Amino acid sequence: MKVLVPVKRVIDANVKVRVKADQTGVETTNVKMAMNPFCEIAIEEAVRMKEAGTAEEIIVVSAGAAQSQETIRTGLAMGADRGVLVQSEVALEPLAIAKLLKAVVEREGADIVLMGKQAIDGDNNQTGQMLAGLLGWPQGTFISKMEVHGGDVKVTREVDGGLEVLELKLPAVLTVDLRLNEPRYASLPNIMKAKKKPIDVLSPEDLGVDVTPRLETLKVVEPPPRQAGVIVGSVAELVDKLRNEAKVI
Amino acid sequence: MGILVVAEHDNAGLRPATLNTLTAAGELEGSAGGPVDVLVAGADCAGAAAAAAKLPGVAKVRVADAPEYGHELAENLAPLIAKLAADYSHVLAPATTFGKNVMPRAAALLDVQQISEITEILGTDTFVRPIYAGNAMATVKSLDPIKLITVRSTAFEAAAEDGGAAATEAVDSTGDAGLSRFLGQELTKSERPELTTAGIVISGGRGMQSGENFAMLERIADKLGAAVGASRAAVDAGFVPNDYQVGQTGKVVAPDLYIAVGISGAIQHLAGMKDSKVIVAINKDAEAPIFQVADYGLVADLFQAVPELEEALG
Repeated sequence: MKVLVPVKRVIDANVKVRVKADQTGVETTNVKMAMNPFCEIAIEEAVRMKEAGTAEEIIVVSAGAAQSQETIRTGLAMGADRGVLVQSEVALEPLAIAKLLKAVVEREGADIVLMGKQAIDGDNNQTGQMLAGLLGWPQGTFISKMEVHGGDVKVTREVDGGLEVLELKLPAVLTVDLRLNEPRYASLPNIMKAKKKPIDVLSPEDLGVDVTPRLETLKVVEPPPRQAGVIVGSVAELVDKLRNEAKVI
Repeated sequence: MGILVVAEHDNAGLRPATLNTLTAAGELEGSAGGPVDVLVAGADCAGAAAAAAKLPGVAKVRVADAPEYGHELAENLAPLIAKLAADYSHVLAPATTFGKNVMPRAAALLDVQQISEITEILGTDTFVRPIYAGNAMATVKSLDPIKLITVRSTAFEAAAEDGGAAATEAVDSTGDAGLSRFLGQELTKSERPELTTAGIVISGGRGMQSGENFAMLERIADKLGAAVGASRAAVDAGFVPNDYQVGQTGKVVAPDLYIAVGISGAIQHLAGMKDSKVIVAINKDAEAPIFQVADYGLVADLFQAVPELEEALG
């Protein structure tokens, strides 16, 4: 079974994001970048499938700037076999990324696409669902568990009210939630080995995909700050404030 | 052209986020023009359709009642939404796990770039949405002919449930795609209010130290009629299930009162609760970032403060 894992390079989750003074976006120069945390979970699951003998090959794909090669290398160091970068200096929206991934899936062939449920930059939560729709494949979104049985995959999904179990026909697109697994750290020997693994570089034109944005960002601003609060000295004072000042209990 | 609201429901009745989505549709109606229709797609969903017909401001309820819509499978529902979308300028669904699952698939079928989790409507094609866990707010203008939108329910008031008398119209099923099958569900059973609609929420973090200790929060929740939530750290530690999670990757809540207990206040947690009207933080670390957003902070060991709070509430 061939597993394709799309990954995204984002601002590291621990960095405090700053809005640019000209309101065109957020500051990314000289900011620490990392693999989107949900993508790490997707890679980990693919590597576990390979270790269990369910998957033969893992291909890591990213779409974005040339530096996304570093993110692909992270996936290769975790245990993926090879990489594909669709290089674009234009900012890519989820629909454009889904179209690029569809073209890569058709070129490479894949039985399962495993990916993060959302990227922590745009917070869109769209790409996997869009890819599944474009391919005409079933989708298992926000999964916390998966089991492949022959030509089907059984997935447990994290939904608002609890959990839901679905059976999907393969091939399928699965988007992962945080409880699926705990991603490993790449070991030094594996990081060295990953440097020798191949990465194909393509362009949207090579794949025949139009990536023209459909949304125009008019401005990006900081959210209004909250008024500074007070520190209370005791539980009694807290309850008094909630009853008589805020009047919320 | 009109606006279509995709109702989230359980066949018998509407889920609350549908009411907030309807309010957003009503705001759009002013500039984009009506009417506002509601789609109820389900199996034996007459109850939900009747509830939708009573919503004020709804012109027509379009009902797709067929077994293949029984479990909200995106593979079956997205083609229906995409087909009906041709009659509308805007299609809105709540940004719940239901809307997040189905709407992007419908958008892809229509070749439209969806606008996720809008918090404000500035015009027929211009919307505000949070990015980077709410650390930035982006104003975006859609260039697509049909706008597919998910609506953050905490940013719009719930519409009234009664007062309307909309016509209902049956629509044909687009069929069973035969790609997916519902096997079962385990819904968290609770007598307490639902996290996303509760007026008061009390959440625990890693500082709770164990799942058993959440019982302390549950007792307070029962006194206040509150829902119980948790930070991602508490979910990751296995104290509580993921559907308790408040934050960027969990639920977004905006109650009248949010009580954060043993929560440090990571960016990703603040993203899910910082629009609450009054925030209380109880944490023994005076430097914890949660105190920067709290209206009332109590620097104390939660294992002393929480039992005291329970007692003080009588």
